[in-house]
Amino acid sequence: MQKRFAMAAMLAASFGAHAADNSELAAIRAQIDDMKRAYEQRIAALEQKLSQAEAKSAVAPAPVVAAPAAAERRPAAASSASGFNPEVSLILQGQYKNMKDVAERGITGFWPAGGHDHGEGAVEGINKRGFSLNHTELVLAANIDPYWRGQAIIATLDGTAEVEEAWFQSLGLGHGIGLKGGRFRSGIGYLNEQHPHMWDFADAPLMYQAMFGTHGSYAQDGVQFKWLAPTETFVEFGAEIGRGANFPGTDRNKNGSGAAAVFAHVGGEVGVSHSWRAGVSYLTTRAKEREAHFADINGLEAQGVLSGRSQSYIADFVWKWAPNGNPKYQNFKFQTEYFQRRESGDMTCRDEDAVGNACAAEPTAAYRTRQSGWYAQGVYQFTPHWRAGLRYEQLDSGVRDFGDNAAYLVVDSYRPKKASAMIDYSWSEFSRVRLQYAQDKSMLGITDNQVTVQYIMSLGAHGAHKF
Amino acid sequence: MKRILFPLLALLAANVAQADLRVFATVPEWGALAKEIGGDKVKVYSATNAFQDPHRIEAKPSLLAQARQAGLVVAVGADLEIGWLPLVLRDSGNAAIQPGRPGYFEAAVQVNRLGIPAVVDRAHGDVHAAGNPHIHLDPRNVLKVAEKLADRMAELDAANATAYQAGHAAFASKWQAAMARWEKEAAPLKGLPVLVHHQSFAYLSHWLGLKELGSLEPKPGIEPSSGQLSALLAQQQRQPARLVLRTAYQQEGPSQWIAGKTGMPAVLLPYTVGGTPEAKDLFGLFDDTIQRLLKGAR
Repeated sequence: MQKRFAMAAMLAASFGAHAADNSELAAIRAQIDDMKRAYEQRIAALEQKLSQAEAKSAVAPAPVVAAPAAAERRPAAASSASGFNPEVSLILQGQYKNMKDVAERGITGFWPAGGHDHGEGAVEGINKRGFSLNHTELVLAANIDPYWRGQAIIATLDGTAEVEEAWFQSLGLGHGIGLKGGRFRSGIGYLNEQHPHMWDFADAPLMYQAMFGTHGSYAQDGVQFKWLAPTETFVEFGAEIGRGANFPGTDRNKNGSGAAAVFAHVGGEVGVSHSWRAGVSYLTTRAKEREAHFADINGLEAQGVLSGRSQSYIADFVWKWAPNGNPKYQNFKFQTEYFQRRESGDMTCRDEDAVGNACAAEPTAAYRTRQSGWYAQGVYQFTPHWRAGLRYEQLDSGVRDFGDNAAYLVVDSYRPKKASAMIDYSWSEFSRVRLQYAQDKSMLGITDNQVTVQYIMSLGAHGAHKF
Repeated sequence: MKRILFPLLALLAANVAQADLRVFATVPEWGALAKEIGGDKVKVYSATNAFQDPHRIEAKPSLLAQARQAGLVVAVGADLEIGWLPLVLRDSGNAAIQPGRPGYFEAAVQVNRLGIPAVVDRAHGDVHAAGNPHIHLDPRNVLKVAEKLADRMAELDAANATAYQAGHAAFASKWQAAMARWEKEAAPLKGLPVLVHHQSFAYLSHWLGLKELGSLEPKPGIEPSSGQLSALLAQQQRQPARLVLRTAYQQEGPSQWIAGKTGMPAVLLPYTVGGTPEAKDLFGLFDDTIQRLLKGAR
C-alpha cells in the first residue's frame, strides 16, 4: 500500500513537470487525493485496532487512547468558539521567612524606592516575616490575529489586583522589527524582564531593589521598538518611550513621554556547550515631588521631596553552560549586572508631621547623586531535580550632594552588602521549592540573617521562558 | 537617525540573504530531510543536535539570530518545542516564519499521531495534547513529511521548484527501497518486548512491531524514580522485556541500572541524525537503529 502512495506521489510530481492540460491534471490530482484519503482512513482504522489489541496485552503506562487522527482530517469540532480561548496560566508563589524585625526596611544610603507610594513595597509578601503569599499571577496570552499577539499578567494579593503587564506585540512587521505597546517590563538590564517566578533566588538583587523598588523591575505604559540585526551573531537594539510613572520617576500630569530607554544586546555561542548574552542599557526619566523619609541631624524624622532628573546606566552579562548544550541534566548559569545612577534636581526638606525637626522652614537646595552597585550569581543544576546557587552583591552610596540641605539632614555614606545561598528542588518544570539563606547587610549597623523557604508552582499553559 | 538607518540596513541584508532558501530546522532529522530535498539550493541550520533534549532547549540568542534570517522553519510541532520555539519565532522579527504563514512548517500534523491522550491533565506528566511528537522513527512518516515539505519548499522558492520536486522524487524512491530492506532486516524484531526510557520510540515500535512493556519515566517528562524502576523490575518477573532503549540525549544511569539487575542489554539508539557516528544521515539513522536492535536482541 505504501508503495502505491509513493508511486502516486511520484506520478503526480512527474506530471507536474510536464506541460499537461491543467484541468486534466487537476482531475488526476483530485483522484489521487481521494485514493490517498480512503487508504489512509483504512490504515488509521487498522492501526487503531492493532494498537488497541496491543494495549490490552501490554501494561499501559498512561490512560492513552491510541486513536491516530491527523489534525488535518479532524472533524469540525476543533473550530468551536472555545478553541479561541487564550492560553491561561496561573503562578502560585508563597514563602516562609525568618528575619529580623526592622521597622522601616530600606537600603541605607539609597532613596527608598517606591516605599512611600506602595506601603510595604509592591511585592508585599517578600518583606513579611513568617508565612505569606507572594503575588498570585494570572497570565492570559493569545494571538490576536495574524499581525498581533497580546498578553496580560494580573497580579493579585488580598484585595488588590494589579495589572503588572498588558501589552500587544507585533508578529508580522518583518525586517527584524518588533513593536510592543501597552504596559510592559522594560527591556533594560537582564533580570528586568523576568517575573519573580523565574528568579533564581527568592528575592530580587539589592541593585534592582535600589533602582526600582521591591518589585525588582521597571515597567511602564508606553511603546517599545526593537530591531534584530540579520547577522550570525545575535545583535539587538531597542528603544522605549513611556509614561515613566514608576520609581525612579513619578507620575506626572503632562503630554508627551515621561521616560525613555535604549538598550543593545549581543550574544552567541562558544562551541556547542556555551552560550552568552551581554547588554548595555540607559534609562532616563524625571521625578516631580518624589518623597522619602530622612533623619534630620537630631535624629528626628523629616521628609525630603525631590524634583529633578534620574538617569540609569546598566551593563549586564549572562553566560550559560550545559554539556553538549543539553540543559536537562546539568547546567550552569552565571549572571552579573552593574548599574550606575545619576540624579540631579532640587530637594525640599519638610516637617510634615510637625515633630519639630530642622526643616521647619522647608529649605530647598540643589540635590545631586551618583551611585552604583553590582551583583554576581552562579546557579548550578547538578541533577535533573536539584539546583544550588550563590549570589554576592554590593552597592555604593557614592556621591550624595544635598547642597545646603546637608546642614539639616543626615547624609549616610554606606556600602550595603548581601550574600545569599540557595538550593532548590523541582519535581517537574512546573513545580519548585527553594531554601535560601542570606546575610543581609543592606542597612547600616544591622546584620540580618534571613532564611526563606519558598514554593513556585505554575498551572496551565506551558509558557516559554526567555534566555 | 536610527529609525532611518535600520530599515536601510535591513533592506540591504534582505537582498544578500536572497541567494538560498534558509531553512531553520528545530531538530536534526528534519534538517537532514530538507537537505535531502533541497541539496545545494538550501542552507540548513539545525537548532538542536542529537545530544539535546528537544523538549528542554532555551531560547538562546544564537537561535534568535538564525530564526531572524530563515525563510522556512521546519518544526516538529505537537507541542514538542513549546518551551522555546514560540518565543524564538515571536522575537525573531521575521514575519515569514510565523505560524500560519507558508514559512512555518510542522511535521507532526502531516501524519497520523499515536498516543493522543484521552485526558489532558499534568497529573499524567508532560503530556502532549496533540499526541506523541516523536514521529520520525516510522520511515513511512518521513515519506509523508517529505512530500509535503518538498511542496512547501517549492512554494516558497518557486525559482528552484523543479529542483525540489526532483530532489524529493529521488529521495522518495531511494527511501522506498531502503524501507523494504529495513523491514526485511528487522523482521526478527517483530513482537520483541522492550522497555524505553521515555516514549521516544513509539513510532519505531509501531512500525517494527516492538512491544513496549513500560517506560523508565513514571510519567512523560518526569525523570525515572526508584519506585518506577523497582516496579519495572517486579514486572520483569511476570513479563520479561528483552532490551531497554534510550536516546543519545537521555541519561544512561537508569537503563544501565535496569540492565544490571536483569541482565538484559541497555541499547542506545541514535534516535536522530548524529546520535551515533553511523547515523550520519536519515538512511544511516535507520540502518544503525536496526543494526543496534538486532545486535541487542541476539
